[in-house]
Amino acid sequence: MTSSSQAAEAGADTPGPDDAGLSSTRVAKNGELAGRSPGQLMWMRFKRDRTGVISACVVLAFFLIAALAPVISWLYGKDPYTRYGELDPHLLNDNAYPMKPNGGIDGEYWFGLEPGLGRDVFTQLIYGIRTSLSLAVIVTLLSVVTAIVIGVAGGYFGGKVDYFLGRLTDLMMSFPNQLFFVAFTPVVAALLVDPRDEMPTWLRSCVLIYVMWLLGWMTLARLLRGQTLSLREREFVEAAKVAGTPPFRIVRKELLPNLVTPILVQATYMLPNNVTAIAGLSFLGVGLPEPTPDWGKMFAKGAEVYQSDITYMFFPGGAMVIFILAFNLLGDSVRDAFDPKSGR
Amino acid sequence: MSEDLTLTQHGEGSSEGARPARRGEPLLRAEKLAKHFPIMGGFPFKRKVGEVQAVSGIDLEVHAGESFGLVGESGCGKSTTGRLLTRLLEPTGGTISYAGQDITHATRKQMAPIRSEIQMIFQDPYSSLNPRQTVGAIIGGPMEVNGINPPGGREKRIRELLETVGLNPEHYNRFPHEFSGGQRQRIGVARALALEPKLIVADEPVSALDVSIQAQVVNLLQKVQREMGIAFVFIAHDLAIVRHFSERVAVMYLGKIVEVGEREAIYSRPRHPYTHALLSAVPEAVLAGEEQSGGEGKERIRLAGDVPSPINPPSGCRFRTRCWKAQDKCATEEPPLVRIPGNEEGHLTACHFPEEPTIAAREEDIVLDKALKAMEDAPADTAKKS
Ligand SMILES: Nc1ncnc2c1ncn2[C@@H]1O[C@H](COP(=O)(O)OP(=O)(O)O)[C@@H](O)[C@H]1O
Ligand code: SF4
Ligand SMILES: [Mg+2]
Repeated sequence: MTSSSQAAEAGADTPGPDDAGLSSTRVAKNGELAGRSPGQLMWMRFKRDRTGVISACVVLAFFLIAALAPVISWLYGKDPYTRYGELDPHLLNDNAYPMKPNGGIDGEYWFGLEPGLGRDVFTQLIYGIRTSLSLAVIVTLLSVVTAIVIGVAGGYFGGKVDYFLGRLTDLMMSFPNQLFFVAFTPVVAALLVDPRDEMPTWLRSCVLIYVMWLLGWMTLARLLRGQTLSLREREFVEAAKVAGTPPFRIVRKELLPNLVTPILVQATYMLPNNVTAIAGLSFLGVGLPEPTPDWGKMFAKGAEVYQSDITYMFFPGGAMVIFILAFNLLGDSVRDAFDPKSGR
Repeated sequence: MSEDLTLTQHGEGSSEGARPARRGEPLLRAEKLAKHFPIMGGFPFKRKVGEVQAVSGIDLEVHAGESFGLVGESGCGKSTTGRLLTRLLEPTGGTISYAGQDITHATRKQMAPIRSEIQMIFQDPYSSLNPRQTVGAIIGGPMEVNGINPPGGREKRIRELLETVGLNPEHYNRFPHEFSGGQRQRIGVARALALEPKLIVADEPVSALDVSIQAQVVNLLQKVQREMGIAFVFIAHDLAIVRHFSERVAVMYLGKIVEVGEREAIYSRPRHPYTHALLSAVPEAVLAGEEQSGGEGKERIRLAGDVPSPINPPSGCRFRTRCWKAQDKCATEEPPLVRIPGNEEGHLTACHFPEEPTIAAREEDIVLDKALKAMEDAPADTAKKS
């Protein structure tokens, strides 16, 4: 059908000026004209943003530390469970506070010792970060997936499905988060375990994840529903329908790639929020039980002892501030890189 | 005997006096096709409080290989008609049949065998291409969905298509944001051609483009239409752009077809007042070549007011609120779309008091717009003042 003569003719009637849009031509190795995908453009913009790159490095460092905590503690030669203060009587005084100034910092115990039990603060912190980050990442992933399913389904199918999912979202949004966590976590715990028994750490983690997941997906789901609603009306979706594309393929190939931006941006805001929320829960006593090292629990302990040993609060607090700040800056940079027009 | 009878009946039913005998069974036929969008409102439970009568009962036929123009002002329901014909929208009334097969309410699965035969070109080149897909993926998507594996592979075919529409085949791996509007529209044409369709509905394919580029894209479409023998429904908002393109033209007003006929008939011997008004807006240079009785130039008609709302269209003839020939009958009786006396075969007009079949200048221009008239009556005054 497409003879070459015909093709040549068509090529000839294309004038130069119409070609103006192709100034950003990049010639790849094989001589083929290769375009820059929107993703590549975003990556280029991101690399130019120094704040973004630095905060990305900081965030990455936290994740590396969390992932490599066992290795680090092996190299460092200590673990977060051993009560060094009880093993060595020279470390803690009679009131169970570290003997040395600044919370017992020295070449042996880099961040000092925990008042009372005499555990090593450095390993406690890196293991605490590991626990909190793992929980936060799992909660974020689950929330994002739920939000995608509910938001896209509501937006794409509309009608009754949308109505039902919309009301469900409203309902879940009406719960006050923190209060619900504090009130609900012991209830779930009591349902699962005899109150007189100590709850195993893994079960407590599951309860935490479950409760936070349950209340964590709504904002993103709403956002995605709105975006899907507007994408659904775009003509490229109609073009796909005219070609007889099945709905699932339309969602996968036409809609989702256009939703990556809001999903990523929102996830970078969600994760630090989840970290603080988990820390808050631990602080309030509904976090993980002892002796599991936990970032938030260190705050609780720090608040107990701050009058005599302010140093203990310093490390988890400082780490948390740096982490949240870096992550939020990263979120802003990601958003700017994706959507340069909305720049502040 | 009885066979004969049924045949005749069938023939009568299908022709409606609209179709020149030579063409045979139409490829696509719409009968009394309607789309009313519900307006939802109310609290706390949403219910239907009214409806937008975007398309209310149109009949049209498109024959194989034919180019058919559908013209009307913005908001008169052209895009809705196009989307009904491609079954992107579910009709609320009437029937559509394709090659004799009723597809009015066909589901996606039922449509599958003929999906590849009806394609669409969209109005907005900036929204009709997925920004996250390469040109290759955009054009190849329909082939993939329909399991088409051309000899030599899909990629080869896509590169051929790019060449056909006048783009560099090396643009295969590029993304839409790197192209201009005209080039994007060409990509849209290539996508429509990928399935080797028999019918393409082009919804104002050039109205979003610069004037300088419009002609190129129209030429491309014309070439494709002629050389590949694809039937086209070309939607446009004025008569100028479809002038060279369409063999037959239908004029739409507020959800109805008011006049339809061969190009010659519509451009030289229009009968409906609205067609006259539309033609008067077409630059004379475009019409050059059409036979004009008289020779003192072209008639001048300027309508007043806006198109009425399709939520509450006028009774009787929908054009009566802006028509200079309207009488009482027009408000009470809806004029049927028929071959009125004086029309040749296939030229149908929906009007009780049709105009003379000519577009030659009248003794007095019809200027219904009061402000415009006042301005034109006092050109000397304004000249002095300024
Ligand atoms: N999805 C929709 N819901 C409600 N009203 C619509 C919808 N699509 C179109 N309309 C209305 O139908 C009428 C015809 O629209 P359209 O077919 O787009 O006109 P055209 O393409 O001729 O400009 C307009 O009044 C428009 O507001
Ligand atoms: S039917 Fe009456 S109102 Fe309608 S176009 Fe004809 S003359 Fe005008
Ligand atoms: Mg339109």
